[in-house]
Amino acid sequence: MKIKFWQKGSSRGVKLPHNKFTAKNAIETLPLPEKVIIPLHQNIGAPCVACVKRGEKVLTGQKIGDSDKFVNAPVHASISGTISTITTIINPPTGQPVTALVISSDREDSWVELNTTKNPKALSAREILGKIREAGIVGLGGATFPTHVKLSPPEDKKIDTIILNGCECEPYITADHRVMLEYGEKVLSGLNLISQILSPKNVYIGIEDNKADAITHLRELIAAKGYANSFEVVTLKSQYPMGAEKTLITNILHREVPIGGLPMDVGVVVQNVHTAVAIHNAVYEGRPFVERLVTVTGAVNNPKNLLVRLGTPLRTLIDYCGGLKKEAGEIILGGPMMGISQPDLDFPVTKGTSCILVTAGNPIREMDCINCGRCVEVCPMHLMPTRLAKNAKVGRYENCQEAYIDDCFECGSCAYSCPANIPIVQYIKVAKKELAKRRVAK
Amino acid sequence: MTDRKFLVSPGPHLQGGTSVSKIMYLVLLALLLPSTAGIYFFGFYALSVIAVSITAAIITEYAIKKLRKRPFIMDGSSILTGLLLALVLPPTIPLWMVALGSIFSIAIVKEAFGGLGHNIFNPALGGRAFLAACFALDMTTWVAPMGFGADAITTATPLNNNFAWSGNNLSLYQDLLFGNTGGSIGETSALMLIIGGVFLLAIGIIKWQIPIVYIGTVAILTLIMGDDVLFHLLAGGLMIGAFFMATDYVTSPITSTGKIIFGIGAGILTVAIRQFGGLPEGVCYSILFMNAVTPLIDRYVKVRPYGLVKKVVSES
Repeated sequence: MKIKFWQKGSSRGVKLPHNKFTAKNAIETLPLPEKVIIPLHQNIGAPCVACVKRGEKVLTGQKIGDSDKFVNAPVHASISGTISTITTIINPPTGQPVTALVISSDREDSWVELNTTKNPKALSAREILGKIREAGIVGLGGATFPTHVKLSPPEDKKIDTIILNGCECEPYITADHRVMLEYGEKVLSGLNLISQILSPKNVYIGIEDNKADAITHLRELIAAKGYANSFEVVTLKSQYPMGAEKTLITNILHREVPIGGLPMDVGVVVQNVHTAVAIHNAVYEGRPFVERLVTVTGAVNNPKNLLVRLGTPLRTLIDYCGGLKKEAGEIILGGPMMGISQPDLDFPVTKGTSCILVTAGNPIREMDCINCGRCVEVCPMHLMPTRLAKNAKVGRYENCQEAYIDDCFECGSCAYSCPANIPIVQYIKVAKKELAKRRVAK
Repeated sequence: MTDRKFLVSPGPHLQGGTSVSKIMYLVLLALLLPSTAGIYFFGFYALSVIAVSITAAIITEYAIKKLRKRPFIMDGSSILTGLLLALVLPPTIPLWMVALGSIFSIAIVKEAFGGLGHNIFNPALGGRAFLAACFALDMTTWVAPMGFGADAITTATPLNNNFAWSGNNLSLYQDLLFGNTGGSIGETSALMLIIGGVFLLAIGIIKWQIPIVYIGTVAILTLIMGDDVLFHLLAGGLMIGAFFMATDYVTSPITSTGKIIFGIGAGILTVAIRQFGGLPEGVCYSILFMNAVTPLIDRYVKVRPYGLVKKVVSES
């Protein structure tokens, strides 16, 4: 058995309080919701077009939205029932309006017929990719990039390494941690399918050292299932943002993804552990991606890790977790570092929702930059965040462009470390949006 | 209850717990020992210089903020400026001059440029330079340490005679280290300043680049020139300048390479002024000069962004 024990870490990034209060809470299945709200755009790339009408009866797992674009993942009904309304909601990551289908439950949960596969070894890469696409799988770490696209690199990009990402470097979130502990076999099976598609030389599973039980568990499983020669678990320092693709690649392989490039440019594909489980389910059981793990934590009475049907309104999850505590003031979709505040509890769980964090909510009080350099010191992309923010603040977006603003993936390490409480990431987001608009205008 | 609206704020929704005022108060804490040493050696009058300087600084900042119609936030930066100014003044300076210098520091050097974060020059050093230009005699009258009660006796100090102190006198080093020598209120005891500086380094408030490179440059240059290295390091304002003035965030470069350039430049200038200049001491002006070139350093020294050069190391 050749399993190395690695302890690696880049000097950049920040040490965060872990606050993983739900790490020991076993996954609970949320009872079927009365209604679900399914936005037609839940992935990076093209939105879906509805393929059902209002009033139509749908079965669980039935495809209700699809697109002929390549960078897209279809959406499915997550409960059986009737399409009661077609409405428009605001999509939090983009802030853009998006069409959503509302399904009223018939409480039967009758599924479409599932196409199981006994022996996926016999399938070709193309067939597996087809199943992944049909299941509507996207990157479940939060990025929501369609998985079949990521697993179809162009001919000239040789992939020699796959990294399965089990870092979960954001504080509070424990969904991936529970996935590794409770669905370990499916994680490995899904990873095996990814390897079957890309046939890489090396396969690593990167896990932060604050999840020692998951590391041990997966190592035991790897040994027991005979993967010892192909998969290797790598222990990583718990330092935010370890789970970001580029940081992860640099820490495990010492390769730097070029500016503007993708991991495939250095021969790497990174996939999330939860995505691997979804791939297993899609290929072996033919199950479309209709439920995911969500950590509900913070100022709720009973924090939990819940298996939730997509489209379930946040309110339902909060109620199931015993309701909000008195101090609750802000609802955050995702982790505290990159998550996005919600004005109310009407928004549904979507494919990218890994966590609902309830905090007291502290409005920030911004001061002037004192040039302390903490943001420069922590930036994992080695940028100069304060300069980006200063230029963005006064509208000198072209200066931001020259200072590699597009390289920023908005991890928030800079703003976290800022003694003047400058919402650096917010300024950067605004500048990026403006620059994108200008590019379109040209 | 769950029908209410919630706060929407930009991320990240976690804050590291550092704040501008926390940093300022920690620097003040680090200055506690040098200040105490100054009061111990120069008595009650030194304490009143410190008190006047700090009070004038706070009042000026408050008044200017009101004039500029900006909120006054007690972030501790004006206290720090006031204290630092007092520490680099001679212990017999008239109190009205102290107040004037403090007002100049805050009103002109800091607020006229836009307040904390926008000033080009270190406010305390700017105030000291202003006083030195206006009141040359009072700014160069040094007394021997007299403690409480004794009369002030004017004395020659290392700062007279253009740093031309000869010999390897062990008791001189001891006096410089522990502070039993003439000089500015806060500059007497090099040891207390080093303790404060090391404290700031240890808790990460300041980075090693500026103080170490600055002091190192002075040491190397004086060694080359065949001077008494230890004397040059311990006498005058080098320790307070290197640890507390040159490391001022606002007026020093943001990158570590920039900080090294700053340290080398300040070191060269300090030795040059001490050796060839007509001034008794060069720390103040060398740092002010480097403050002036800091925007230039920050413009040209850049961090290499991640992934700029395609570097593919294949693992075999």
